Amino acid sequence: MVEQNRGKAVQTTGHAWDGDLQEFNNPLPRWWLWSFYATVIFAIIYWVWYPAWPIASSFTKGIGTVTYQSGGKEVTTHWNTRGELIEEMQRGSETLKQQAYLEKVAAASYDEIANDPEMSAFTQSMAKVLFADNCAACHGIGGTPAKIGQYPNLRDDAWLWGGEIVQIQHTIEAGRTGFMPAFGSVLGEDKIEQLANYVLSLSGHEVDATKADAGRAIFQGTEGGCHYCHTPSGKGLASQGAANLTDAIWTVADVPGASDDKARIQAVEAVIANGVQRQMPAWQGRLNDTEIKLLTAYVHSLGS
Amino acid sequence: MEQPNQQSELYAARTHIYPRSVSGRFRRLKWAVVILAYGVYFLLPWLRWERDFGDNQAVLFDLVGRKFYLFDLVVHPQDIFWLAGLLMIAAYLLFFVTGLAGRVFCGYFCFQTLWTDVYIFIERLVQGERPARIRLAKQSWNAHKALKIGLTHLLWLVMAFITGLTFVLYWGDAPRLVVDFFTGQAPFAAYATTMFLTTTTYVMAGVAREQVCTYMCPYARFQAVMFDADTLIVSYHETRGEGGKGRAKLGGQLKTRAQRHAAGVGDCIDCGYCVQVCPTGIDIRNGLQIQCISCALCIDACDNIMDSLGWERGLIGYSSQRVEDGGKKARLLRPKVIGYAAILVLAVGLLGWSVSNQAPFDFVVAQVRQPIYTQLSDGRIQNSYEIKVNNKTDKTLTLRFTAQGLPAGAELDLGRFSEVSLHPEQRLRLAAKVRVMPTRFDGQSHPFDVVAVPEDASGLSPVPHPSVFYVPER
Repeated sequence: MVEQNRGKAVQTTGHAWDGDLQEFNNPLPRWWLWSFYATVIFAIIYWVWYPAWPIASSFTKGIGTVTYQSGGKEVTTHWNTRGELIEEMQRGSETLKQQAYLEKVAAASYDEIANDPEMSAFTQSMAKVLFADNCAACHGIGGTPAKIGQYPNLRDDAWLWGGEIVQIQHTIEAGRTGFMPAFGSVLGEDKIEQLANYVLSLSGHEVDATKADAGRAIFQGTEGGCHYCHTPSGKGLASQGAANLTDAIWTVADVPGASDDKARIQAVEAVIANGVQRQMPAWQGRLNDTEIKLLTAYVHSLGS
Repeated sequence: MEQPNQQSELYAARTHIYPRSVSGRFRRLKWAVVILAYGVYFLLPWLRWERDFGDNQAVLFDLVGRKFYLFDLVVHPQDIFWLAGLLMIAAYLLFFVTGLAGRVFCGYFCFQTLWTDVYIFIERLVQGERPARIRLAKQSWNAHKALKIGLTHLLWLVMAFITGLTFVLYWGDAPRLVVDFFTGQAPFAAYATTMFLTTTTYVMAGVAREQVCTYMCPYARFQAVMFDADTLIVSYHETRGEGGKGRAKLGGQLKTRAQRHAAGVGDCIDCGYCVQVCPTGIDIRNGLQIQCISCALCIDACDNIMDSLGWERGLIGYSSQRVEDGGKKARLLRPKVIGYAAILVLAVGLLGWSVSNQAPFDFVVAQVRQPIYTQLSDGRIQNSYEIKVNNKTDKTLTLRFTAQGLPAGAELDLGRFSEVSLHPEQRLRLAAKVRVMPTRFDGQSHPFDVVAVPEDASGLSPVPHPSVFYVPER
């Protein structure tokens, strides 16, 4: 019954196989065909406007263009998404908003930034990127180098050159040169061992008391002269970038990583014998004042 | 194989449809749906709503501010999973209703159907009833024809424009946006969207009409899998209509039912009213067809004819395939119906619970993993955390942060922000440090909670967020 009815409503193609097998004919509307031609025309316009056809090692560039700033000059090239991105990064509404806020932060004092949670968060975000681009190669992505002894850890509360805003800003702007002379040939193995025992005793390690006493004489006397920079108490002069030897933090000798007393002594001995020569480059000129300001605030917040 | 007896065409021009108007219970129901839908759609953007904070528009989708205002509810981007819930409810509601009653959505609620209804109404208002419209289409062009056709299209365009503009008003402050729109100060997106929707509305409801359902709409196609033998379909009662010898016109010796039954002729008088009212131009007497949107207007048409003849209604009516094939009407409580209903109730319940238990503020604590710990000069171990808070209330919220479950002497340090005030809708990211003097260096992560404590006056309860403190091995 149903088949009969349908036969009334829908034409068949007229073919019949095996006697009764037929095919319905439901013709497409003609406008459908026209929309297909419309898509063809669209494609042709697209080819003319945008880069489209590969030709050997090149391609058709299209007549659409994109303009952006590059190296202080205005560059106009054929349309491409990379250029669109650059333009958006230079002139997009979000970029303008970011620049406006950046100017606000640049005009604020360090204290104002630290008191305002929003400016602090903005500074953190911006500085994190600057830090990753410029500082992380030595100091590590999070401000902590992979291994003790490589470069100073910026996250702990010990500062070789001082942890005040002014001192940090000066460190970034002008750079620092850390130097400790090598005592290996001057003092000889025995005295260096005595010194190492004394240095370890300053931070409360178990050491040979006799050797440590001998070491104290070298440290505090003119023979070693260590106290000139490390001060008689061992806390170190920030003006010389001298390490504080009395706390739990080690910036050159990997004492926490040593497995036993002997290894600890050896780690300190190696530093005394070979000396230290470290340099942080100056960033003034390479980074602008606002960037240095952001980094200063960021590094200060890491280690405070 | 037989030779084709005719050359068939691959493409065919569309046969224009001039639906005749009809009155009846389904038509009244459909007008009621149209009025309700139009009332809601066109007036909702103008409804104002008192809020302590934010726009005073009852329903506003603020894309720039990333907030959706729905009366007293403010939806934030973090609530995006509600959308998943909403879509799930919509899908299961569709499965449920379609499985039970067929293409109810298509016939009564789809905006294509609603707008087409209104466009046909405008067409009839200007050009007259079906015969007049056909006459007008056939006659050669003159001023009279141009005026009527032109006026129809003008009214369609106005309707399309109002539709497009109204849609835009949901995304901005309606009164201001309308003024801006006509003074050329509205954003480009507003003009583009309005123009786009004006075009699509005009084309879809004015020109394309039933072809949208037949050729474009995916739902029209996949609804078939939700049908079963007990699904309600609009159907022609074939045994009654055709009798033994088929349908026959009224007249001669075939005027009364008794005469017709004696002659073996059915109740269908072949008046064609059901075909004329069909907005998709099909003949329901040919059985269930893919074009049928279940609008039920043919039921109204046939009922009118039966009433005028004094015969019982129902020659065309809601039925099911099983009943048509001589089976019994199915029970309502079938496993499929119960299953869909259960999922639907569950999904509505979960979404309702989630919406009514919307957290007054978001609070997330993430441990900084690079580096995972820092050795401090006094021997303590420090871990760093990033705290994100988002005030979702409409008042200023002051939060204080404490740590719970850390060993004695532990310290939670948020610098100068151990207590912060967030104005409504403000998001903040804070850096926190926790310092502990470990009793054992075990290389383990120790669980603890960071607790956000709202000030007493807010009446909100403290919210803990779990985190861990890592102690290195030594």
